[in-house]
Amino acid sequence: MSRFSVDGEPLGFTEGQTVAAALVAAGRVAWRTTRVGRRPRGVFCGIGVCFDCLVTIDGAVGQRACLIPARAGMTVTTQEDDDG
Amino acid sequence: MGETADLVVVGAGPAGLAAAVTALAGGLSVALVDSGTAVGGQYWRHPPDHARPAIPTADLHHGLREYRALRRALSTARARGRLDLRLAHHVWSVTRDDDGFTVHSVDRRRAPEETAVALRAPRLLVATGAYDRQLPFPGWDLPGVLTVGGLQALLKGGGVAAGRRVALGGTGPFLLPVAAGLASRGVEVVAVCEAAGPSAWLRQPGPLLRNPAKWAEGARYGLTLARHGVRLHPRTAIVAAGGTDRVSSVRIASLAPDGSPRPGTERRVEVDAVGVGWGFTPQLDLLVPLGCHLTDSGDGSAVVAVDTGQRTTVPGLYAAGEVCGVGGARLSLAEGRLAAGSVLADHGAAPVPGRRRLAAARATVAGQRAFARAMARAHPIPPGWAKWLTDDTVLCRCEEVTAGAVRAARADCGASDHRQVKQLTRAGMGWCQGRICGPAVHCLVAPHRPYAPTERLIATPVTLGVLADLDDAGENTEGAAHE
Repeated sequence: MSRFSVDGEPLGFTEGQTVAAALVAAGRVAWRTTRVGRRPRGVFCGIGVCFDCLVTIDGAVGQRACLIPARAGMTVTTQEDDDG
Repeated sequence: MGETADLVVVGAGPAGLAAAVTALAGGLSVALVDSGTAVGGQYWRHPPDHARPAIPTADLHHGLREYRALRRALSTARARGRLDLRLAHHVWSVTRDDDGFTVHSVDRRRAPEETAVALRAPRLLVATGAYDRQLPFPGWDLPGVLTVGGLQALLKGGGVAAGRRVALGGTGPFLLPVAAGLASRGVEVVAVCEAAGPSAWLRQPGPLLRNPAKWAEGARYGLTLARHGVRLHPRTAIVAAGGTDRVSSVRIASLAPDGSPRPGTERRVEVDAVGVGWGFTPQLDLLVPLGCHLTDSGDGSAVVAVDTGQRTTVPGLYAAGEVCGVGGARLSLAEGRLAAGSVLADHGAAPVPGRRRLAAARATVAGQRAFARAMARAHPIPPGWAKWLTDDTVLCRCEEVTAGAVRAARADCGASDHRQVKQLTRAGMGWCQGRICGPAVHCLVAPHRPYAPTERLIATPVTLGVLADLDDAGENTEGAAHE
């Protein structure tokens, strides 16, 4: 199984899955905190419409985890400021 | 800037695929653009080609024979250099000038890296589909609550089930394949809450009787669900979700004829994921700024107005599939073929597909449209839905604007459409630009008019670097490395 890192921890995924699918497969449905209510959020629409699943990938902020294919060695960080 | 092709097709779902293949068969060169990593759209969503052995999904699909035939036709055309297939390209704007259309996209095959790619053609066909329509309820913003389409996308695209005990709710036939798909992968589907009742169909049996294929499809799902012990609860809705950091329960209520929850009927069910959807909202982002006329679809949404050949009111611009009204894959395929037939006829140089095939496509469109209208009547947004909203229920997920704030904008400030609500409350001003909350906010303040989205000049976020490239002759029009 290939791996990428999420906040420094390795996460295995099946080649072809998106970052969101890999996180959900590992049991995580939330990985972001909202700006106003500090509420947890993760994947909602799964098809790139809602922007709830935003993560930082290889330093690029505001990436929709549901659209980005997971790649071995990718660095995913969560809980960044989503105010972009 | 040179022409990329005779025709650009945006969207590679059933409508866009059928259109591209028909136009190619008629002798045109075609550029087919889609944001996904495989062709098929949401209906035939698949993992990328190289991943298919590791993520088997064939059992979740219908009509794969047709899908494979369309893919074969694309491969042949591509090998002959007639098809420019642009997967993982996100279109963010389309502009029109005297010579045709420029489709501005970003190539995100190596995302998060992105490269600007402009495609030009004298004719453009938009088949950008639709996404799940949402009616908020207390707790719908808890992690583990997804759209039904989101559950389906994770399953079909990644082979992943978002929970082990799932409740589904909303209205419309789409709940059934999602329930069946989850159940067949070992998920315990504890309830399927359908707001409508069967009597809605019994009052108008004609369209159903004339569409035995739909009847058979429904029966097949019914059998699958029965085999897995999944119960469909008509005239009920998920009216609240509970939990702290993740959904752990839902409250299900029986609905009165107006769709409001019947007091005293609520029951609590433990779950670890939820899927909700109330029909679909057409994705009109590229069409609205081009000035296409819109029309009332009859299901609560405005859709793009087209003639009997799928021509919009903008010369050279065609539309097919859910952007013309939600009606399913068979309708989309037929509209795609019709649209491409019109492109060929208007292009003049190429022979049109046989009259008989066009007549067959027209007959399919008429039959499926009648079915779609009946479906919209049988599965409406329940007028009393807002009674399950509390004042602190979040409506706009991005800006965290509550139902109370939207109600105040309506009652105290006289807001009468979602644009005014946005100005007063920020609902619809966040990352998703009102795509999710827009239809619901609209239903609260203007329920008797169809929802038409705000004009969004940029259909998907792009970096300033990409915008800067627009002034640069280097914006890639021809030479992008193809797949």
